Amino acid sequence: MGASPFSVQAIRDQFPALRQQVYGKQLIYFDNGATSQKPQVVLDTLKQYYALENANIHRGVHYLSQQATTAYEQARRTIQSYIRAKSPDEIIFTKGTTDAINLVAYSFGELLKAGDEILITAMEHHSNIVPWQLLCERKGCVLKVVPISKKGELDLVAFEELLSEKTKLFALTHISNTLGTINPVQSLIQKAHQVGAKVLLDGAQSIQHLTIDVKALNCDFYAFSGHKVFGPTGIGILYGKEEILEKMPPYQGGGDMIAKVTFERTTYNTLPFKFEAGTPHIAGAIGLGSAIEFLNSLDLEAAAAHELELTKYAQGILDTFEGLHIIGEAKNKTSVVSFTIDNMHPFDLGTLLDKQGIAVRTGHHCTQPLMDFFGIPGTVRASFAFYNTKAEIDTFVAALERSMQILGA
Amino acid sequence: MTIQEKQQDLIDEFSIYEDWMDKYEYIIELGKAVKGLSEAHKTKDKLIEGCQSNVWLACTLQDGKMFFEADADAIITKGIIGMLLQVYNGETPQTILQTEPFFIDAIGLTEHLSPTRANGLLSMVKRIKTEALQSLNP
Repeated sequence: MGASPFSVQAIRDQFPALRQQVYGKQLIYFDNGATSQKPQVVLDTLKQYYALENANIHRGVHYLSQQATTAYEQARRTIQSYIRAKSPDEIIFTKGTTDAINLVAYSFGELLKAGDEILITAMEHHSNIVPWQLLCERKGCVLKVVPISKKGELDLVAFEELLSEKTKLFALTHISNTLGTINPVQSLIQKAHQVGAKVLLDGAQSIQHLTIDVKALNCDFYAFSGHKVFGPTGIGILYGKEEILEKMPPYQGGGDMIAKVTFERTTYNTLPFKFEAGTPHIAGAIGLGSAIEFLNSLDLEAAAAHELELTKYAQGILDTFEGLHIIGEAKNKTSVVSFTIDNMHPFDLGTLLDKQGIAVRTGHHCTQPLMDFFGIPGTVRASFAFYNTKAEIDTFVAALERSMQILGA
Repeated sequence: MTIQEKQQDLIDEFSIYEDWMDKYEYIIELGKAVKGLSEAHKTKDKLIEGCQSNVWLACTLQDGKMFFEADADAIITKGIIGMLLQVYNGETPQTILQTEPFFIDAIGLTEHLSPTRANGLLSMVKRIKTEALQSLNP
């Protein structure tokens, strides 16, 4: 399917959720960082699967099972080609980004020993902090944190100082969910590789905004969630380089991940099945495949340019508000505008925006250490997708002004 | 006035507002009127941490009746606290234990007392009841 010219209206028409009213107001959905809405084609795929194609995969000789297996494996190949992975064996279906990171922390972690260092950054989501803390407790590894500037950019000098032969893994977010910062991952990966460290990219916020080429990036792992990229919840992807995944022990035991089981000794299935114990989220995988096919039908370059324009437009207006502070002013950022307003609690602002039909996220966004760094309890975060418009931003700004009036009066 | 009448009063007060924003403007007004706690009294034992906002609650027992003082960092939370205190202050521990804050539902603020909202209010109501229970079994 060739890409059609980018039209926000044509895209919006495919998202039923965007057509609804809340509290009698047209919904404006600016919480895309938390989860994206789903296009009709994904909804149809899920319905079709459960209505007519439902069967368990990989072990049935019957027609439906073979059909479901084909669809599931086709979804894997669609995703493989979308992120330009070398082989479908490098695409592991998980529950989501968190599950994918935990898989690496547990399984790759088994290859580490006491004293080995894990490097993360100060802008990580809790999902890219806690699994490493658990690993450090389990194996006696040491967690190191790359600091950031007040603008929300990584301190590259400190990064190079923290990087050493002891660093076994550098796990960082590609785009910060709270700040919108796009990290310079290409050069960071190169530098980490120079000391022999592997690199995991948390792609939860980048898969839906950037073109991802895992071969060109040369990252060792890339994790993302289906539901943030217009697919279903409960499904995600761990990409891992084949030679690394081969060395890693299984994460969970059960059906599908085995070659042969006896009470004395069990041998494991080949990649990618070694890491997919139990009946997977078949519908979710097929739904995610259809979400990726939907993306393939769009002019993604134009979509990314539109998202960047929305970000700059919103930030430009908000910047003129007295007492409003943008949190995250990196030069290279997209799709997220996080802010605080003097003497106004994010919860109050979020509640008043909600009553005007506008969905934003308030709070610490699962990045408490980052909030501590800025010395704030939380922010209001507007996060955009390519189906959002400047007109929506104008309505949001007017609603924000009204909320500020009420709270300040 | 009985505790039920106090709740009915609040429901009546809100019945004049049709628009959600008007309702919330009034809650914010109520929040601003809540005296709150001085910084010195906002101690850790009085803190009820929520994911979205924090609440502090202090309690005293006088002549068999309970009196609460509370504060919050978010003004909407504080407004709802104001209403809860209006209802529960000056009541006996027995009455407090028997009374659910049904006015919250009636006004349309159920979401603020839902466990997923995590603004500290649900925990605060639980704390009020725990304090009442403890005063009966010191």
